Amino acid sequence: MSVSESEPAPKLFEAREPTFPKRVTGKFRNLKWVLLGGMLGLYYLLPWIRWDRGPNLPDQAILLDLGGRRFYFFMIEIWPHEFYFVAGLLIMAGLGLFLFTSALGRVWCGYACPQTVWTDLFILVERWVEGDRNARLRLHRQKKWDLRKARLRLTKWFIWLVIGFATGGAWIFYFADAPTLLNDLIHLRASPVAYITMTVLAFFTFFFGGIAREQVCIYACPWPRIQAAMMDEETLTVGYRDWRGEPRKRSEEVKAGAEQGDCIDCMACVTVCPVGIDIRDGQQLECITCALCIDACDEIMDKTGKPRGLIDYLAVGDEASERAGNAPRQIWSHILRPRTITYTVLWALVGIGIVFALFIRPDIEMTVAPIRNPTYVTMSDGSIRNTYDVRLRNKKGEPHLFSLSVAGDPTLRVELEGLDQVVVSVPADTSLLQRVYVISPRDSAPSLGEATTFRLWVEDVSTGERAHKDTTFNGKGN
Amino acid sequence: MSKPSVKHKGDPDTTGHVWDGIEEFDNPMPRWWLWTLYVCIFWAIAYTIAYPAWPMIKGATPGLLGWSTRGDVQADIDAVNESNAAINARLASTDLTAIGDDGELNTFAVSSGAAVFLTWCAQCHGSGAAGAKGYPNLLDDDWLWGGDIESIHTTISHGIRTEDDDDARYSEMPAFGRDELLERGEIDQVVNYVMSLSGTPQDASQVEAGAVIFADNCAACHAEDATGDRDQGAPNLKDAIWLWGGDYATLTQTVNNARFGVMPNWNTRLSEAQVRAVAIYVHQLGGGE
Repeated sequence: MSVSESEPAPKLFEAREPTFPKRVTGKFRNLKWVLLGGMLGLYYLLPWIRWDRGPNLPDQAILLDLGGRRFYFFMIEIWPHEFYFVAGLLIMAGLGLFLFTSALGRVWCGYACPQTVWTDLFILVERWVEGDRNARLRLHRQKKWDLRKARLRLTKWFIWLVIGFATGGAWIFYFADAPTLLNDLIHLRASPVAYITMTVLAFFTFFFGGIAREQVCIYACPWPRIQAAMMDEETLTVGYRDWRGEPRKRSEEVKAGAEQGDCIDCMACVTVCPVGIDIRDGQQLECITCALCIDACDEIMDKTGKPRGLIDYLAVGDEASERAGNAPRQIWSHILRPRTITYTVLWALVGIGIVFALFIRPDIEMTVAPIRNPTYVTMSDGSIRNTYDVRLRNKKGEPHLFSLSVAGDPTLRVELEGLDQVVVSVPADTSLLQRVYVISPRDSAPSLGEATTFRLWVEDVSTGERAHKDTTFNGKGN
Repeated sequence: MSKPSVKHKGDPDTTGHVWDGIEEFDNPMPRWWLWTLYVCIFWAIAYTIAYPAWPMIKGATPGLLGWSTRGDVQADIDAVNESNAAINARLASTDLTAIGDDGELNTFAVSSGAAVFLTWCAQCHGSGAAGAKGYPNLLDDDWLWGGDIESIHTTISHGIRTEDDDDARYSEMPAFGRDELLERGEIDQVVNYVMSLSGTPQDASQVEAGAVIFADNCAACHAEDATGDRDQGAPNLKDAIWLWGGDYATLTQTVNNARFGVMPNWNTRLSEAQVRAVAIYVHQLGGGE
């Protein structure tokens, strides 16, 4: 198409077409209500679950203690150096997303994404306050702000803001002891960071759920752009059986006398759509596969006495077969295929790996850093001494005694700086830096040699748990 | 230049310059751009008045605000000193032997002492405190003037051989060769005797005569059994540690000319808290008694 001279310059910005999704009932809507309730419930309640860990540790089941650099998750406590567990969880989340997308398309977008869940909640509030689609449309088109419009709008915005603050408020409870923080919040004693976080999250919830809505999905979110690479012709996604529906009522073909398809062009699928598209136009970037149009259409099909599934979870690859008149394939034949099974296996392997690593990780840990300035020190009696910075970690909720010993050469012995014995007490849930000396007597092999490998052992005196590190001893030959 | 093209109503102004039919628009600068430029010019002038800017023969103009990078650094240093004032006062007043029992104070002293050490002491004693020839190794268990915290503190405070400090450590070994107190052969004998004390290979035929010379000339300070005397800073000659070296040539040189190491009296350069901090630091390096 050539741009004619009379055509106005293209606009750089397209004004939003507001959407007024109509109420819908059906199995997918019910499933979404259950998921919405379950996920929001989890989000608000999780920080309040208590979990006893002993006297010196927090008793909150899930706590991201950023100040203390600890992450607590029920019986699991993760230190910063164990961040690979979090990396593993992120890999699992990634593989999980691959799995669900290859099997069910944008099922994350449609059911579980916070943007969808909160928008759903906000639309619910909107419907309670302002009425269903037609009432909201009328209110929207009414230019004059009379008392009724102002009251309805302010009520809606107020409830949205309350939800926003509850959202931001619940978020901060994951980062501090929830009851203490709530008490502080109420008495205006909490840290400004808490109030700022709450407020920022409240306004973003308000803006994303109430104002921006589908524009976040269409313009801001990268996921709709990435998902195309993960879907294939076997992927189930929300689609319209145009071979069944067309020619629709009111179409040119029907007016010309053609036999009408199942679609009565009632626009039910369009009016319920939260992103404001017509699913009958085919797969679209905007579609979050929320499946509400399926519910809407099924209701109409029941009324017109046609079989359900004019709009349905479909795979693109099935079109030819269904056009030929074959029955729709079973759902499971789409979901169980090599690609999804491979993703599941990978996902499970990472998960098993994490659980395995979690159970074999030691309760006591030690790092050894040999001091190389100088490499060795000659003592009065001619013995040679090496120095090591040893960091001992006590992950228990109470102080523990650790004893150190060396193995590998019988002439080597160990001493601790500032202590008369080779036992050191490490306070609860912390690590301690202890300077350790390893001494080799005059004219012994390690003292004359260049470097002798030996093993430093640490033992928890009360439990007998042991850990070791191999390191080297530098002699005069060094 | 070719002729300007015919102008129509509403066409932008041109400068009238035409090259091969290409004209130059005479568009004004955007207003926002001009205002930004004016603001920048004003800002630049105001800045050079307020802050140091114009180079003169003796330094730059100081600026009305009196700001300087040096002042910034000084303010930072003052802020650190102020925030550490309380704990430094505590460090300066707490009994030396009790500091180790006070966890917080001890940690502060060790890390503060490490900084002081690297600034003032590392030049001679090395960054790892391992010393060098003539500069004692502070990691080992051999001390000329004592290795308990009090002795280390005194040594650092008053220094070695500091002439203007009455409490400075002084060791006075005669230059046995240079001052002709001993014959060349006698020095040879006593050097071999001293080498025998620490098990260094030596000329065994000289040792017996050397022992007699040692008892007559050296034992007064280094003690009969040659284990030295910390009150006089006389080193232990039986151990495996040599400040200047334990080989034949070095020992001969030492007996001939004597050795006189020096260290400043740090109490004139560092605060009492700093001296104590570095004493605590040195004491916990591995040789503290």
